[in-house]
Amino acid sequence: MSTLEIKDLHVSIETEQGTKEILKGVSLTIKTGETHAIMGPNGSGKSTLASTIAGHPRYNVTSGTITLDGEDVLAMSVDQRARAGVFLAMQYPVEVPGVTMTNFLRTAKTAIDGEAPALRTWTKDVKAAMQQLRIDADFAQRNVNEGFSGGEKKRVEILQLELFKPKFAVLDETDSGLDVDALKVVSEGVNRAHATGNMGTLLITHYTRILRYIKPDFVHVFVDGQVVEEGGPELADRLEEEGYDRYATGAGAATIAAAAAAQA
Amino acid sequence: MTEITTEKARIGAPSAKPFIDGFTEEGENLSPVNTGTNTSSTSEKTSEQAPSAGPLAGASAKSHSHGGGVGIPDSSRAGRLTSYKLADFKPLTGLEEDWRFTPLKRLRGLHNEVLSGSAPSVAVTAPEGVVVETVGRDDVRIGSAAIPEDRVSANAWENFAEATVITVPAELQLDGEVSVLLTGTSTEASAQHIVIVAGRFSKSRIVLDHQGSAIVSENVEILVEDGADLTVISLQEWNDDAVHASSQQAKLGRDAKFKHIVVSLGGDVVRMTPSTRFTGPGAEAEMFGLYFADAGQHLEQRLFVDHAVANCKSNVLYKGALQGRNAHTVWVGDVLIRKEAEGTDTYEANRNLVLTDGARADSVPNLEIETGLIEGAGHASATGRFDDEHLFYLMARGIPEDVARRLVVRGFLNEIIQQIKVPALEERLTEAVERELAASDN
Repeated sequence: MSTLEIKDLHVSIETEQGTKEILKGVSLTIKTGETHAIMGPNGSGKSTLASTIAGHPRYNVTSGTITLDGEDVLAMSVDQRARAGVFLAMQYPVEVPGVTMTNFLRTAKTAIDGEAPALRTWTKDVKAAMQQLRIDADFAQRNVNEGFSGGEKKRVEILQLELFKPKFAVLDETDSGLDVDALKVVSEGVNRAHATGNMGTLLITHYTRILRYIKPDFVHVFVDGQVVEEGGPELADRLEEEGYDRYATGAGAATIAAAAAAQA
Repeated sequence: MTEITTEKARIGAPSAKPFIDGFTEEGENLSPVNTGTNTSSTSEKTSEQAPSAGPLAGASAKSHSHGGGVGIPDSSRAGRLTSYKLADFKPLTGLEEDWRFTPLKRLRGLHNEVLSGSAPSVAVTAPEGVVVETVGRDDVRIGSAAIPEDRVSANAWENFAEATVITVPAELQLDGEVSVLLTGTSTEASAQHIVIVAGRFSKSRIVLDHQGSAIVSENVEILVEDGADLTVISLQEWNDDAVHASSQQAKLGRDAKFKHIVVSLGGDVVRMTPSTRFTGPGAEAEMFGLYFADAGQHLEQRLFVDHAVANCKSNVLYKGALQGRNAHTVWVGDVLIRKEAEGTDTYEANRNLVLTDGARADSVPNLEIETGLIEGAGHASATGRFDDEHLFYLMARGIPEDVARRLVVRGFLNEIIQQIKVPALEERLTEAVERELAASDN
């Protein structure tokens, strides 16, 4: 059993107009076996949270902590975080020139496990995982993400999730840009990884659509860099009906107060 | 990555008149290296002397056209001036199409001085049966496979004192490779001449290994006789101060097989101009290149594949990595499919990987097609960057930074290295590439 704990996280970025605070005090605790959905309108800071957990250099943590089983995640480099068991499925996976998928997957697996995977079982595992995600076998020989469509890139992210077996998976809008069939394939992959019972999931999404396929235990609503409302799966249903409008400025303050009262 | 996709048409062949001022069909002329020097026009090549009628004239070298009447326009590769005489080439201004990317000021006199310095020493280690000779300028084999196509090459032709001729006799099949170690010890502008003859039905592999410090213009003539199978590997692992221009021209007979591999890592300015000319049907040529430019280095390669006869095949792939401020690479690939060359199958591609800010890769694939009766003709060019987002992606999968960089560069360049097929050499070059890479970490 592992715990990823985010406490009062404040994050800013440097822009041409100066420093801009994006996360304004986020607290969240995820345990192995749990699925947390983070929902919110565009620009609310959802993706910033994902990138900050993974350690993207663009984001400055000005205060607060992130710990994994008590270890200070913020003190770790990007690769150390991945080796500690944090996996970020990226919203926009980049194309990496010159590196074949095969070579990349094996190198990453070796780095994460601290030893090279046994060649025979590894090849078999990769093949099987690719098949389940309906990824063409010839992708293995192509360069990482090079020339892949949006949907293919997302499937390859989930392929890595299944192969690397992280303690915590952060899925950054993995559902956006997917058609229904691809969404199902991707969701099945996440559910398979989750079913091993060794993973906690932080699912970041703009839409409620993916929550029909991946059932969250907790739903957190993000507005303007803060969690304004928290609840169980029923909260997602309500968002589907009502949208984010009721969190709009003005009404937002009242909702936050209500949420705070509900928690107390 | 941006990619010029494969197209089967006359593409990239420069037209006589740019359709947008300031642009040629090969791209915007941005090169700042030679601007503001002269006002002479580049579109008008006016050589008063008739080009020398060397052994390469005729089928494989159309005479220079002066416009008016029938002929190939000056901008076609077929119309380029070729001559053994230095005087036939006008002094360079740097604005010429084939010199516009080259920093003339750093050529250390190769284009405008008498090349009287001592050329790099030549030490040949060859398996039994291979004939190695040092000959004078009057040897009959000189001029049998090449004719200068630019002033620097003609300057070397005019000034070389003696030539090394390496002959693989007919039907000799070599297991090991012929190693030619060229060691530069002088920094005076010099001229070098090498002739390689692969006899009928012979099979061999020859390594030209350039090391040390030198200012040298070099002509390498490569004669691949009917049915011969020859691999020539030219390594440029010069010291940082070297300046090297090398014209390596191959003439292929019927059913010949030729593989040419260029690896340029060292030197201040290295300008390789390899060419393959088909003179009999059924021949195949593969031309590979690998270059890795550091801060301040200029590595240039200009290729020419001349499909002058029917049913020949060519495949060109050059890959380059760049890192550091003012690292500059140039790749220009000219493929010409002449009217007679029916049944031609050709493909050329250039790939560049820019590893840091401040580097510049120029890439110009040109394809001229004068007959539609071909098997295939394609060209492609792509230049990609390895930037912080790539690094983040790989590190977010647990891969440490140094491993991530090595992974990308090794994966990218290995495709060329594995063409060499000399294990010791492949290992040496892999290490050399990693040293280049490590130099950037500081």
